[in-house]
Amino acid sequence: MGFTLDVEKFRDAVVELIRRTSTNLPEDVLAAMETAREGEKDGSPAKSVLGFMLKNAYTARENSTPICQDTGTNIYLITIPEGVSLRKVESAIVDATREATKKTYLRPNAVDPVTGKNTGDNTGTMAPFLHFDEWDEPAIRVQLALKGGGCENVSDQYKLPDSRLKAGRNLDGVYRCIIDAINTAQGLGCAPGVAGIGIGGDRASGMIIAKKQLFRKLTDTNPDPELATLEKHLFHDLNKLGIGPMGFGGNTTVLGVKIGTAHRLPASFFVSIAYMCWADRRRSMVFKENEVSYD
Amino acid sequence: MIKLQLPVGETQIRRLQVGDEVLLNGIMVTGRDAAHSWMIEEKPDEVRELLKNTMIYHCGPIVRKSGGTWSFVAAGPTTSIREEPYQGDIIGEYQVRGVIGKGGMGPKTLAALKKYGAVYLHAVGGAAALLAQAVVKVHDVIKLEEFGVPEAMWVIEVKDFPAIVTMDAHGNSLHKNIREQSTKIASRLIGIE
Ligand code: SF4
Repeated sequence: MGFTLDVEKFRDAVVELIRRTSTNLPEDVLAAMETAREGEKDGSPAKSVLGFMLKNAYTARENSTPICQDTGTNIYLITIPEGVSLRKVESAIVDATREATKKTYLRPNAVDPVTGKNTGDNTGTMAPFLHFDEWDEPAIRVQLALKGGGCENVSDQYKLPDSRLKAGRNLDGVYRCIIDAINTAQGLGCAPGVAGIGIGGDRASGMIIAKKQLFRKLTDTNPDPELATLEKHLFHDLNKLGIGPMGFGGNTTVLGVKIGTAHRLPASFFVSIAYMCWADRRRSMVFKENEVSYD
Repeated sequence: MIKLQLPVGETQIRRLQVGDEVLLNGIMVTGRDAAHSWMIEEKPDEVRELLKNTMIYHCGPIVRKSGGTWSFVAAGPTTSIREEPYQGDIIGEYQVRGVIGKGGMGPKTLAALKKYGAVYLHAVGGAAALLAQAVVKVHDVIKLEEFGVPEAMWVIEVKDFPAIVTMDAHGNSLHKNIREQSTKIASRLIGIE
């Protein structure tokens, strides 16, 4: 069961993955928005805005143009078979990113923080962002999410205990942080969003766990029953806040809540919230030697 | 739905209320951070005629050029609050009748809307593909070389461009109302009233 990487083929497959991710919203997200639309009052701004978002998504899919002009941070989770060169995979993805920018699937979005210069092709230090894992399959799996700046700016991290929120170092404390974070975000992250949550870890790994949750399907159930209950509870309560689509008011403030955990130090307890906008662009592909499949 | 033809007069703008859904038609201009600081620091005369009685759209588009003409591929709104330090003064200085963006703006802009007779219009964030279709023609572009594509001032003609009034010329802000309400509910949920 060997696997030899054809770099050129792989690169082209990644360009296609970027195109699909940028222009074609996943089915589960569309379905959640359709349901949300049903649940809003006739004639309300919430209903018309959700309708407009959906129409936008279908138009983008049809015309193969970006759903949103902010094609965001490109976050990759890559799973490779043993022995495949990380450097080759990385450089193929960087090339694919350049190509996809040229084709306007991506907007030039990588800015040097010191000089203020935009590289023009979405590549730079830690851009795109790559995270590697290994598996036993003779294939490379690539998962991609495009996360825009508006929703990244309202993402947040709390340190427990938090006296303002009367939040202790337990799941009740976590609940309080998330209610506070989504209320603080209002419509600014292009609500209705998906809350990816990381409990524990350090400041970096906690946020990575939070972001990894954004790759889960909205319809899945957390394998940990306690977390599954918390996800449901939060989904219900957050939608009572009345913030609504774009913060215009309404019954739909979040489309999903997904929670993961990482072991923490005895001395620290972080709650990390990665807010993803309704333009919840994530796709994946499995690249085999002579076959590519996309989801 | 209220149809607004640009350029638009002050009286018509003052009639608008928070919550009104509007469709914009006519010529407006995009502008982000670079354009706003330029307008305040250098007070360029070349944009005066252009901005008078029209709207500034906070948008950094994806554009395409084919056969010498530009077109908008994706053109959703960007976060407006970054322009809060400049916006009120620009509205006064250039007699702008409104700004379009997302997320709303602060007290300084709200006061300027009332003083000069202008509104804040909220476009649907992320709806870039559909909003780009409402941009039927690119008439001109200002400062393209210097500011780059997203920051340049694109002079665009729109047809039935949809937006909702979230800050009006009477001192009302939907953003403020919603925030107050949701904060009450949040406090109740976590029992810290
Ligand atoms: S936050 Fe809004 S503007 Fe930013 S990528 Fe998401 S939908 Fe687009």
